[in-house]
Amino acid sequence: MPSRPLIRAGFLTLALAWLALLAIGPAHAADDAAARTLLAQLREADFSGKTALIEQLAALDHPRIATALKALADSRLYYQEAGNRVVIGSGDGADIAIEDAVSGAALGQISKRDLDRITTNNRLRTLIENRLASLGLASADPEQRKAAVEAFLKNPDPTESERLRARLSVETDSEIKELLAMSLALADLASPDAAVRVQGATTLGGQLRSELRGPLTKMAAEDNDSTAREAARIALARTQFRLQLLGWAETLFFGLSLGSVLILAAIGLAVTFGVMGVINMAHGELMMLGAYTTWLTQQYLPVNWSLPVAVPLAFLVAALVGIAIERSVIRFLYGRPLETLLATFGVSLILQQAVRSIFSPLNRSVASPDWMSGVIALGPLEVTLNRLIIIGFCIAVFALLWLALQRTRLGLEVRAVAQNRAMARAMGVRSARVDALTFGLGSGIAGVAGVALSQLTNVGPNLGQSYIVDSFMVVVFGGVGNLWGTMVAGLSLGIANKLLEPWSGAVLAKIVVLVFLILFIQKRPRGLFPQRGRAAEI
Amino acid sequence: MRLPAWLLSDRAGLALLTALTVLAIGVPALNLLLPTDHPLHLSAYTITLIGKYLCYALLAVSVDLVWGYMGILSLGHAAFFALGGYCFGMYLMRQIGARGVYGNSELPDFMVFLNWSELPWYWYGFDQFWFAALMVLIVPGLLAFVFGWFAFRSRVSGVYLSIITQALTYALMLAFFRNEMGFGGNNGLTDFKEVLGFSLHADGTRIVLFALSALALAGGYLACRWLVSTRLGRVLVAIRDSEDRARFLGYRVERVKALVFTFSAMLAGVAGALYVPQVGIINPGEFAPLNSIEAVIWVAVGGRGTLVGAVVGAVLVNYAKTWLTGALPEVWLFALGGLFVAVTLLLPRGLIALWRRREATA
Amino acid sequence: MSELISEFDAAGMHPLVEPVDASHGILLYLEDVSVTFDGFKAIDHLSLYIGDGELRCIIGPNGAGKTTMMDIITGKTKPDTGRVFFGQTIDLLKLDEPAIARAGIGRKFQRPTVIEPLTVLENLELAMSGAKRLRGLLSTRLSKAEWERIAAVLERIGLSEHGDRPAGILAHGQKQWLEIGMLLMQEPRLLLVDEPVAGMTPAEMERTAELLKSLAGEHSVVVVEHDMGFVRSIADKVTVLHQGRVLAEGRLDELQTDPTVIEVYLGVSDAQH
Repeated sequence: MPSRPLIRAGFLTLALAWLALLAIGPAHAADDAAARTLLAQLREADFSGKTALIEQLAALDHPRIATALKALADSRLYYQEAGNRVVIGSGDGADIAIEDAVSGAALGQISKRDLDRITTNNRLRTLIENRLASLGLASADPEQRKAAVEAFLKNPDPTESERLRARLSVETDSEIKELLAMSLALADLASPDAAVRVQGATTLGGQLRSELRGPLTKMAAEDNDSTAREAARIALARTQFRLQLLGWAETLFFGLSLGSVLILAAIGLAVTFGVMGVINMAHGELMMLGAYTTWLTQQYLPVNWSLPVAVPLAFLVAALVGIAIERSVIRFLYGRPLETLLATFGVSLILQQAVRSIFSPLNRSVASPDWMSGVIALGPLEVTLNRLIIIGFCIAVFALLWLALQRTRLGLEVRAVAQNRAMARAMGVRSARVDALTFGLGSGIAGVAGVALSQLTNVGPNLGQSYIVDSFMVVVFGGVGNLWGTMVAGLSLGIANKLLEPWSGAVLAKIVVLVFLILFIQKRPRGLFPQRGRAAEI
Repeated sequence: MRLPAWLLSDRAGLALLTALTVLAIGVPALNLLLPTDHPLHLSAYTITLIGKYLCYALLAVSVDLVWGYMGILSLGHAAFFALGGYCFGMYLMRQIGARGVYGNSELPDFMVFLNWSELPWYWYGFDQFWFAALMVLIVPGLLAFVFGWFAFRSRVSGVYLSIITQALTYALMLAFFRNEMGFGGNNGLTDFKEVLGFSLHADGTRIVLFALSALALAGGYLACRWLVSTRLGRVLVAIRDSEDRARFLGYRVERVKALVFTFSAMLAGVAGALYVPQVGIINPGEFAPLNSIEAVIWVAVGGRGTLVGAVVGAVLVNYAKTWLTGALPEVWLFALGGLFVAVTLLLPRGLIALWRRREATA
Repeated sequence: MSELISEFDAAGMHPLVEPVDASHGILLYLEDVSVTFDGFKAIDHLSLYIGDGELRCIIGPNGAGKTTMMDIITGKTKPDTGRVFFGQTIDLLKLDEPAIARAGIGRKFQRPTVIEPLTVLENLELAMSGAKRLRGLLSTRLSKAEWERIAAVLERIGLSEHGDRPAGILAHGQKQWLEIGMLLMQEPRLLLVDEPVAGMTPAEMERTAELLKSLAGEHSVVVVEHDMGFVRSIADKVTVLHQGRVLAEGRLDELQTDPTVIEVYLGVSDAQH
């Protein structure tokens, strides 16, 4: 005597074959009337009746069925006595908006009291979800098919696996194929045959979807077959390993993003300190000015447009302030680095207080444009867009600066003055002008960095102070006068910080990195990539 | 009694010592002998304020010793000041005993608050005055020695050294902000009750603390003045002006630097230790890089490499600060910033130079 | 730790390493020394011997390695290969700058390097050997013997009148002499003198020549100099350095007719520079 499930499976297969015939047949668009009749019957039907009706509805190839079934699962499907029709309601409160379940036509607002809710329960909901999934599975839209498989993954039903297998044989989209295979393997875990279960577990090993871990963990613990348990364990270990890799990739990404911020903050300093030998303690405040410029542009421009405008504007503002500082203070102090340090620190205090007096001591909130918010997937890694954009921005700024120093006349003069001021002057370079412009360039980049910072931290009068120690550390670590060194230093410090954070916490990580730097500078006072030779000794 | 030649020739120093003696005797007298409604009566608040200035002045002297004479611009000297302060603050904390909010005779309030069950090992001994007093010297001294030993040996100098001293104090600030460090985190150490059994709120105690500050400043000044008038002082100047020359003359520059740096840090520690009972609190904000750099500007204003200038600068700038932050708080940072710029550009040798020039022309 | 303290006990000063043993008549040995900076061979298998009490002049075009050679002898630069000995026994490569200075090698820099805010007397006092231990360092006055030593050197460098003046206000030539005087206070066996007469008047040059000649015998003196006239006036033996190695060695009048030397000074090398 055949077992009952087998019989059921047989009927199901028959029904499916019939359905398939229907689907292929000329009655392609089952008319609305059939849908209306079936929906109307839902009202009176008991649980088993509803089950059958749902199956029949799902079998109809009608574009509104999915919506209607979804509404039923959400308890938003109503019978309206007045029109003798089934409607879908939306909204809360006593009055809700309704639309015709079959035609989708809006029917205005109506009091809930005039409606008769079609009841449902959780088992029906599960059924609906599965049928909806199946419906989706056949859809021409890959997004819907994908959603259907996803639904199956969340809510595995072994009875559906045939349908999945059928779909797999005709599916063309590689991503959906992968999902289908995964779903089938997941279904295999429930197989009575240990060999099939082992096969399923092996297929699932290394997959990162969180839905898969529960069944595998259960299998590793509870399966009565030892090979199956072992297979599940191995599969979990592989998943674990890939998760770890992913974790590292994530840390690396966070490190890169912090590193780009450090580079952005330090690179302007690398110009003024590295190329000119000027210690500019007001560098952080120039970044602050850049951030405030961003804030100001947002007061006059829509947020989405403000950043592209703020970047050149911040460059200009910071560069002009920088040139003013150079002309009024620093140029009198060339060759006296310690005095320069003190004087520019004074300037930084003045700028801070100026901002405090003009804009208030409170933090200003700078909005993020839409195109910078959200998450995108890089393979299995999901990253926030704003961090990604800042990494790209950092690369762009670095590349531009590099080109400016290597390919332009000013860059040539800057490098000449940096190497041998007297000689450059003898060759007709106007060193005073070059000094001012170089300082302007470094300051301008600080301003641009401020635009980036405004997207990450609070914009307030103290913004600059919190970055100044870090930026100096980056420049010194990389080797003064070496842009690539600054880059490598910024990235490695960023990554080191993020690597340390999980086990030490953010503050301690920062302390550890600082202490490391202090020790490092004592070991290699000239940084990672020192400038060599006799000229560098001076 | 005959004064030694090195002191006799130091006229500005003698003036300073005289002024300190007058202060140490006169200020308590004006408080104790005059009735409170007398116009010349000095309140305990004013005395404490002047006492605070004297502590700052001692810090400035210690900065001047390394910067003015040895050419090391330390942007982290406030760290040694704060460490000295914390050491003494720990003693004062233990003195509170069971009178804290939680009434725990063993643990300071903030530890009870953090649910700590026992005193961390590094708090042992701080219930003893002598131990705390020793630590006031040893902790800043040891940090300075270790730091200096490595930094000077690898010939880190100039702005690089300034930057890493700043990083040092910054790292310490971050560390002391953490509750887990066991130094009260954000709030630091406060609510002190008494020192050696004398209430910190009593006028008498305040006067004694004030007198001790004056004494410490005088002592610190004399020690530094003597040091710079010895041959070692000339070695310091040689190191400042031409490190290579000193080295090729056979001096182990890095050791001299480490020694003097350590001594200077100890002076700063003493200043911090006297500061804390007078202001009644020590918190991680004292490690802020701005504090160290402010101490440098006191020295610059007064005139570096003169020691007396450091004292004059510290007192004048801090007096201006007290006055401005009270009267025109918005203006203070403008004034301080402007002072930095003006002194470096217009008055690189400080106020003392002005005075000396006037004396020379007179 | 105890080692540390004992080192500090002497204000970080090693006692004199050991007496120099120049019993073979040679005071300084440089053998097969090479040093490279970023691929540039500053010193290339250089061998050089300085006799005890000798006055030797070293000449050579720019970049010949003269200053680098001085750096190696005084410990500022460590060579990649080769041996540098002071006398028979002292391996200079194992010592750092102060230790080498204490072993008895004094160096005068190209630019006069005296401590300008200090008086001439104080500069000499600073350089005085035996004063560098902690106890000596912490004294504020001079003993009679020390006074006499300083006075003798002041006399010798012709600055007796200027003892109490700050070194910063001395004339250029006087600063050079003071620096030589500071070397003498160190009581060195070997003096390395880099371009002593650059920027001097003829009269000052003449006095410098007298001074250096008077030092020879008692000390070994190595003078690096560009000025041929000055070299002729003091040296009996001259070494020509070129591209980091010894090109020729001998008496100046012999060298001046040596074709390779002439080429280096007047021919190819000029075209290169």
